[in-house]
Amino acid sequence: MSHEAAGDRSEHTVSVRTVDVVVAVLFMVVAAVVMWDALRIGAVWGVDGPDAGYFPFYIGLLMFLSSAATAVMAVVTKTPDLSSFVERGQLGMVLKVLVPTVIYVALIPFLGLYAASAIFIAFFMAWIGKYGPVTIVPVAIGVPVFLFVLFEIWFLVPLPKGPVENLLGY
Amino acid sequence: MSLIEGFGVLGDPMNIFYMFLGVTLGVLIGVLPGLGGANGVAILLPLTFAMSPVSAIIMLSSIYWGALFGGAITSVLFNIPGEPWSVATTFDGHPMAQKGQAGQALTAAFTSSFFGGTIAVLLLTFLAPVIADFALEFGPAEFFAVYLLTFCSFVGMGKESPFKVISAMMLGFALAAVGIDTVTGQLRMTFGSIELLRGFDFLIAVIGLFGVGEILLTIEEGLAFKGKTAKISPTIVWQTWKTLPKFWATAIRGSIVGCWMGITPGGATPASFMSYGLAKRFSKRGRFFGTGEIEGVVAPECAAHAAGTSALLPMLTLGIPGSPTAAVMLGGLLIWGLQPGPLLFVEQKEFVWGLIASIYLGNLAGLIVVLTTVPIFASILRIPFSIIAPVILVICAVGAYTVHNAFGDIAVMLVFGVLGYLFKKLNYPLAPLVLALVLGDMAESAFRQSMLVSNGDVRVFWSNWLVGTLVTLALLMLVWPLISMLIARVRGKKDEDDGEVETVASH
Repeated sequence: MSHEAAGDRSEHTVSVRTVDVVVAVLFMVVAAVVMWDALRIGAVWGVDGPDAGYFPFYIGLLMFLSSAATAVMAVVTKTPDLSSFVERGQLGMVLKVLVPTVIYVALIPFLGLYAASAIFIAFFMAWIGKYGPVTIVPVAIGVPVFLFVLFEIWFLVPLPKGPVENLLGY
Repeated sequence: MSLIEGFGVLGDPMNIFYMFLGVTLGVLIGVLPGLGGANGVAILLPLTFAMSPVSAIIMLSSIYWGALFGGAITSVLFNIPGEPWSVATTFDGHPMAQKGQAGQALTAAFTSSFFGGTIAVLLLTFLAPVIADFALEFGPAEFFAVYLLTFCSFVGMGKESPFKVISAMMLGFALAAVGIDTVTGQLRMTFGSIELLRGFDFLIAVIGLFGVGEILLTIEEGLAFKGKTAKISPTIVWQTWKTLPKFWATAIRGSIVGCWMGITPGGATPASFMSYGLAKRFSKRGRFFGTGEIEGVVAPECAAHAAGTSALLPMLTLGIPGSPTAAVMLGGLLIWGLQPGPLLFVEQKEFVWGLIASIYLGNLAGLIVVLTTVPIFASILRIPFSIIAPVILVICAVGAYTVHNAFGDIAVMLVFGVLGYLFKKLNYPLAPLVLALVLGDMAESAFRQSMLVSNGDVRVFWSNWLVGTLVTLALLMLVWPLISMLIARVRGKKDEDDGEVETVASH
């Protein structure tokens, strides 16, 4: 259905309507899981009052019905929104931010939060901002140091530390 | 009397220091993209764990007032609403800046915010003890009725498709149910995973949905800041102040709209739009609105700040927050071992009145801070996005980690971030999701207790006039979209309401 969309074909990805339907169907899947789990632990009136699944079951049911309505409305409407959900270039930008962030989060348990943050900021500034080392080094070092002072020294909240901090004696 | 004792609590110089620190941090949060009242307070919450509850709440609420003030700066100078409730401020605020009247627009915005906030806190001072006293008599059925009204209001008053509001809200409830059932001790939706045993913390959700999600949206728009510079001199402030009194009617109307929308969970955003709309209709210069009318700045700012302040009223007296930010503060109260609700006014007098007194002073502190520091904050906005974005993402990660000292939470935050991005683009509202996640357990136990009392008879929700009125009102709210659609149809506006309601992109 994404072929009828107007506008720049090369920038087109999927239509808003398609994403709308997909998200609504995902909602219905989640709702089904909620209801299934509620039935498993008992969604009826037990010996001493409502069972643990009583409330969640209706939550799941309502979610299922309203998402089904959203999906149906998106399919049968006379004025479907066929414009591009996200343009190719925009999607590229979003992924350029999202992927490094995922890697950054994955690195935190190994490097500690401060070192991982320094690498992340430096990489981001170099890759997306195209900055030289003169701008990158003060920000990438300064922000983690500021966080260190703020959390570890001033407010006494420990953050995850890694080999670098160990080396420095913390 | 009690209020004077509250001001006594503020006599501690450290509390005054935390207040100014909070306001400054709040303005900073309001100005930066990706950080707002709700996730800003959520991220800074762990910093307050070591403080006394009174100091902590003073600092957190000051952050919130700061964020309310800060939103106006980006709206006027950059035409970018830093917060959703300052969207309406851009309509006339930015045209004024283009005409070279940025200083006047900002002075009007800040002063109106201060005015709206003061009206709301006066209301809070006199109404809160009365409501709390009244609510002491509430049983589980009454509490469930109030919860029901809160959630049904989202359906009735939201701009989004009612089905999407319900889906988002139910997702919040479902996420809240994950973990150990508080009544029977059974495991729900954990699927054998230890990580899921803890359930989902709404603070993580807030940081992800509002923080990471907002960054992804901003980057998609390819952010290029083209701002106006602002010069605020005492002369400009004084001259603007001299013109403001003639807008007294607009200011009072805006404050009333704001107070009302803040108490019912409509929130600051619709309040600011409604107030702008009313001012446009009633003003003699209404047709000039949108071209840089000072009255068009006064109206939304009064309403937004009044709504933001009065959202604390149901949070303190009933334990039901009127906005996501109030929800985050409620989370803070729970962490410090304070149970929000009517008993708070009996058992924690010092805390409650200290907080209310701090709102009076916090508003004043906010006004002073913003009037004197606008150029500094405006220059922060000029820092390129490729420097600001990674720093904000790092701050979000730190915030998510510190809630429970768990690595898993940072990953959960990222998932919520992607979810927030998708939801914003598809017009799913985030506020009902967050509130359902916060209140899910409490709403459920109120429901189960009332069912237990009545032996499963739903008529318990119509057993007395109070409960009956609340529940009936709630159901009316629930079907309100249907009713208004029918009215529109009768009037012959058939085609407009058929499909999806198109909302103006507000970011």
